[in-house]
Amino acid sequence: MASEYASSGEYIKHHLQNLTYGQLPEGTVRYDGTVLNAPTWTFAHGTEEVQAMGFWSINVDSMLFSIGLGVLFLFFFRMAAKKATTGVPGGLQNFVEWIIEFIDTSVRGSFSHRNAMVGPLALTIFIWVFLMNAMDLIPVDWLPYAASLAGVPYFKIVPTTDPNVTFGLALSVFALVLYYSVKMKGSGGFFAELAFQPFQAKNPILKYLVFMPINLLLEGVSLIAKPISLALRLFGNMYAGEMIFILIALMFGGGWILAAFGGVLQWAWAVFHILIITLQAFIFMTLTIVYLDMAHAEHH
Amino acid sequence: MNFNATLIGQSITFVFFVWFCMKFVWPPIMNALETRKKQIADGLAAGDRGKHELELAAKKAADNLRDAKAQAAEVIAQAEKRAAQIVEEAKMAAKEEGDRQLAAAQANIEQEANRARESLREQVAGLAVAGAEKILRREVNAQTHADLLGQLKAEL
Repeated sequence: MASEYASSGEYIKHHLQNLTYGQLPEGTVRYDGTVLNAPTWTFAHGTEEVQAMGFWSINVDSMLFSIGLGVLFLFFFRMAAKKATTGVPGGLQNFVEWIIEFIDTSVRGSFSHRNAMVGPLALTIFIWVFLMNAMDLIPVDWLPYAASLAGVPYFKIVPTTDPNVTFGLALSVFALVLYYSVKMKGSGGFFAELAFQPFQAKNPILKYLVFMPINLLLEGVSLIAKPISLALRLFGNMYAGEMIFILIALMFGGGWILAAFGGVLQWAWAVFHILIITLQAFIFMTLTIVYLDMAHAEHH
Repeated sequence: MNFNATLIGQSITFVFFVWFCMKFVWPPIMNALETRKKQIADGLAAGDRGKHELELAAKKAADNLRDAKAQAAEVIAQAEKRAAQIVEEAKMAAKEEGDRQLAAAQANIEQEANRARESLREQVAGLAVAGAEKILRREVNAQTHADLLGQLKAEL
């Protein structure tokens, strides 16, 4: 399929673009050279059009797959939960119980406070992120090609390779961190945590005039770094993985020797990727638990 | 990286999923897990209790058996004693009876002997009188000496 594109660069670019729906302003030059004489709601073709749409546009494919996978996850887990018996569990219940026990053990291991939300939160993150990552294992051309046959120009099936998705998750977690920090310590306590450590002094001048700005800067950066690192770690890993799949897919257009070699590579990378998608989901979950634990903890 | 409203949509979706999970998925399964854990613990405890009870019952059975054996032995001992006693009593009774019969026989014999002696004495006296009569018939008058002879007869 790579051969249908003018260059491999275009192929890659095409595969890395989301199906974005938004309003193009008046006077925009479309991809086919037409000029819009009125603001138009449409799907973007090419990066320039995406940029022209600004913030109020939406990546339809990301939303579709993330919601679809989330609903799939909740559907199966809800089915197991509804039929949950205390007797001998069936196959699905066994599987769900195994996962929930695993999550519960992780939460108990890193989260030392009482909060009924953390378990379900961790479960949702782990399974949802895992499923979104797992879309990476589907060969890169299958679904986008099927979509293009159906007239959809772009179709990016791995939601976690869209920074909007990972940042959406990470910022929600960050909001929870802020909420629980203020709730558990009070806004004064939370401020004190940011302002009066790591550098401490008894002398008020030193304490308020010298150390406070330094502490605020240090702690502020480390606070902001939490959601950003959380989002970028997942995005970066998945984006890089996807990129390698795309590069391998390029080999399929280069004669049968190269294609066979590409097939082997694709298989090997997919096997390795199983580890990465699981690990990244687990890391995202664990860090969320740890951040929330820190938010709950009283500092000394 | 282009940020757009997907960010917001994603956050809302995420919050909804977490809420759903917290409301409808996590609690029933955790409940099932907890209840099963409790059931298993209860089952194990009941098993232990059963084992303990079995041990107690076995001990009790052994005790009962021992008691019964002791009782049986006692009964047997008593019976033996009683049998010996009965034999002893029978022996005594037999001996007494024998003695009595012996005494009666002896008395009988004595009586017979006395009777025989009496009759012998009568016969001797008669013979003596007859002898004396024969002698005196020649020398004395039987009437004169009758009271003398009666005296003699009484003395014999």
